[in-house]
Amino acid sequence: MKGTPKHVIVAGGGVAGMEAAGSLAEMGYRVTLVEKGEDPGGHLLQWHALFPDRRPADEVRSYLRKRIVHHNISIITRTTVEKIKYHPGGTVSVNLSGGTDEKADAVIVATGFQLFDAHRKEEYGYGIYDNVITSADLEGMFNRGRVAKADNSVPARIGLIHCVGSRDEKVNNNHCSKVCCVTAVKQAIEIREMLPSCEIFCFYMDMRMYGPYYEELYRESQEIHNVNFIRGKVSEASVNINNRLVIKVEDTLAGRPLKMELDIMVLMVGMEMEEAGAKLAEASGFKRGINRFLETGDHHYGNNLSGVRGVFYAGTCTAPMNITDTISHARAAVAETVRYLDGR
Amino acid sequence: MKPEGKKRIWAEYQKEIPDDHFFYVRSCIRQTFFAGSEQVFLKILRNDLGKDVFEDPRHTTCTGIGYHGDVVPFETIQAVVARHFSLATEAGYRHIAISCVTSFGIYTEILETWKHFPETLERTREDLYKATGRTFEVPETISHTSDIIYKFRDEIARKAKYNLADITTGKPLKVVEHIGCHYSKMFPKYGVGGAEFPHVLVGMVESWGGDVIDYPERRHCCGFGFRQYLVQANRGYSLFASRKKFESMEPYQPDMIIANCPGCTMFMDRWQYTINEIDGITYGVNGQGIPVLTYEEVAGLILGYDPWELGLQYHNVQSIPLLRRMGIKADPARRFLAKDGTRLPEPANLING
Repeated sequence: MKGTPKHVIVAGGGVAGMEAAGSLAEMGYRVTLVEKGEDPGGHLLQWHALFPDRRPADEVRSYLRKRIVHHNISIITRTTVEKIKYHPGGTVSVNLSGGTDEKADAVIVATGFQLFDAHRKEEYGYGIYDNVITSADLEGMFNRGRVAKADNSVPARIGLIHCVGSRDEKVNNNHCSKVCCVTAVKQAIEIREMLPSCEIFCFYMDMRMYGPYYEELYRESQEIHNVNFIRGKVSEASVNINNRLVIKVEDTLAGRPLKMELDIMVLMVGMEMEEAGAKLAEASGFKRGINRFLETGDHHYGNNLSGVRGVFYAGTCTAPMNITDTISHARAAVAETVRYLDGR
Repeated sequence: MKPEGKKRIWAEYQKEIPDDHFFYVRSCIRQTFFAGSEQVFLKILRNDLGKDVFEDPRHTTCTGIGYHGDVVPFETIQAVVARHFSLATEAGYRHIAISCVTSFGIYTEILETWKHFPETLERTREDLYKATGRTFEVPETISHTSDIIYKFRDEIARKAKYNLADITTGKPLKVVEHIGCHYSKMFPKYGVGGAEFPHVLVGMVESWGGDVIDYPERRHCCGFGFRQYLVQANRGYSLFASRKKFESMEPYQPDMIIANCPGCTMFMDRWQYTINEIDGITYGVNGQGIPVLTYEEVAGLILGYDPWELGLQYHNVQSIPLLRRMGIKADPARRFLAKDGTRLPEPANLING
């Protein structure tokens, strides 16, 4: 690149934003990475280990942290991008929270996703019953090195409930969040390793093992780790006099209703469009799909295009995806951005 | 259990319940099953709380049981409900107070249908006008009568002569609350507290000094379920549903059940006799059965109404041990006497009779 380096603002400092920022900086672009939290890293900051190989999440965190240590990158934290506007002549203006404005030659939107708020599935009693937790809460337990009930006792039976907030018309989410099934399998194996005598049940609608080595992990969970899979959706949870959870499920393979006591119920919460990203889309006139994620220019060959000149999308702001796909998507967004900047 | 979690849900499901000027619509069956409940509701509102409640004798059944039994079409029931609204419009009332949970569910279903499919409202206006020459306005609010008692629960508590507590030990009574399915399971926003953790009866019990039991089958149907009971061959389902609830609540040894639906109160009361006949099991503290009371009856007891005026003697599970625990004196000799001293019919096979 000749002359003054062109400036790209990356909105969002999660996996996609960090990868995009790092790639652009390597190519000589000046990058401003805007992150709403205290540190870049996104949801990965809370995760203990990753599927399918169960490598420590910290390995990927370290890789991404190194990506953004570059003299071409400046990082603004505790800040959100509130509005993006393309101006004829090629400048893209960006309004930041706090009232400041930035100008850039291009913007990559990487605002990511938010986890489904499990309180909305009222029938599961999250926030009411002591031992109803989310998959994210369970990762916190893994990080602390102990899976325990609220009273600190050791659970004898744990149930993992798939599709909480995904494929569910009642909460206006018809989309599949894609990663929850394999996350449940991974977490079930991790529980087994920490609590060898604990009974583990996964309650699923379909097992969507779409990625490389996912199916193998699913088989391993059954053949080696003795995880039980029951095809059926949990209809409600309550507690009995011993404060043990009681769930009702229809076992659709056996064709009969099932009632079971659990010590811990883990809700595999899905992905939704991130709230700040949704506000940004509304303010900037970006189209959103029926799943409320950002709608890309073309599902097949324009999956990073926003429809607004100089603005590109990266990662889970467009749809649920795993880390592998998010990194690939971010790199593709960088390629589209560079092509745009070079062609001006 | 985290009480703050329930409070968060309750805060999300608050509905507008008017202060005054109600057009009261009665239930078809409640006056038969629980002879004093509707009357005591009117007395509490008019005499104890000083509210204006209007009744029109031309009000009819909502035909809800026929509708849920698949013999009354939706168009017909819309016209019947529209006629009720027409009576309210004619009398100048905009707030409907509905005694029956089935009717309440019917009204909510119809109002939501009209909202989402405005052409059905126009067609109903046309049907009603052609059939009766009547017009109507859609009411401003609809409240189940348990909503109204809920709204005034603290005022009732301030006037209370008794609490939901054991007079000897001072401990709160353990109360099972049961909400009719059609109160909020179809449209959670119409119920105080929503569908999963309704607050309408919990709020009353807590205001009046009792402790609410949250047991595993709390949400389960009482067993009425219309076709489960109306089709004679299906009645085993009805009985089994009630039994499932009793067995689930049994470890908590509840002192009483409070319900807001005619069918629920009726079935959970009467099936206790049937289960006793079939299996010899009597649930409740000391095997004395679990009294099943309407919220009006409980409010009446709290306010010091005579239990026999409330009609408690016409429940299958008699409340005499419960009254004793609450310190309420009820003259056994007057149990089956009318006000003029004539002898009332005495039901057979009462539990604690």
